[in-house]
Amino acid sequence: MALMDLANPTRFLALSGRVLPWLAGAAVLALAIGFILAFRAPADYQQGETVKIMYIHVPFAWLAMFGYTLLALSAIGILAWRHPLADVSHKALAPIGAVFAFLCLITGSLWGRPMWGTYWVWDARLTSMLVLLLLYLGLLALRSAIEDASQAGRAVAVLTLVGFVNVPIVKFSVDWWNTLHQPASVFRMGGSTIDSSMLWPLMICALGFTLLMLALHMAAMRNEILRRRLRSLEARAAAEAAHA
Amino acid sequence: MLGEHGAFILAAYGVSALALGALALSTFLQGRAVRRRLGELEARGVRRRSARRSLS
Repeated sequence: MALMDLANPTRFLALSGRVLPWLAGAAVLALAIGFILAFRAPADYQQGETVKIMYIHVPFAWLAMFGYTLLALSAIGILAWRHPLADVSHKALAPIGAVFAFLCLITGSLWGRPMWGTYWVWDARLTSMLVLLLLYLGLLALRSAIEDASQAGRAVAVLTLVGFVNVPIVKFSVDWWNTLHQPASVFRMGGSTIDSSMLWPLMICALGFTLLMLALHMAAMRNEILRRRLRSLEARAAAEAAHA
Repeated sequence: MLGEHGAFILAAYGVSALALGALALSTFLQGRAVRRRLGELEARGVRRRSARRSLS
């Protein structure tokens, strides 16, 4: 089946209906295994048991950036092809990405207080992540402020692409500026600096949260497609009632 | 088991479970509500054009 054949709301509903339970099940399984391994992993020699927060904080940070990257791809689909599924994808993903960005900041604060002695500092990594959360919230606010759906879709797509410049800033902020936040320790030149006893649980937790985000995105897309069908049927029912 | 900073670890996991649980529950409930409303309309005979064509 060609990719473009799948890019059709009816086919998407049929396919996602079959895939979604497996995706959700795989997410729950990966998270269960990840958390068991995480809570059996040794404490860090400097940070002690607070390193347990890493197993959720780091995946939330990755997925907040991954979610925004998917939003940017959806925005290209909206602007270049005006594809209805791209708009559905964008609308469904924005609140999910916002939750992941919010959780990244909250869990980071809860990790920072015992390790740095403060919940918050205005360093480049924390500030650029806060900007990412504000971008997500701005996209939600902008869409809800414009009544015409296609106009709203184009406006949020433009804002998404403008805001995408912040994603590499979040990623490289710890290299470009002197930050209290530690530099990259997993995806870096020269390999990971984390011991495999902690790296494996982290990667499995990251896989579980990625599958969870994709499952939530797929479920929210299905809801949005059905919501649009409902609106069109309600409009038709109202028109038929007016003619009767 | 979680050391002297256990409250911070539990708070981080608790907030995350709460937020993600609420997100999943709200997605599920929204889906159920929209499917129920679509079912009601279809029961009244209001269908999409493509559904009408396939019925005739």
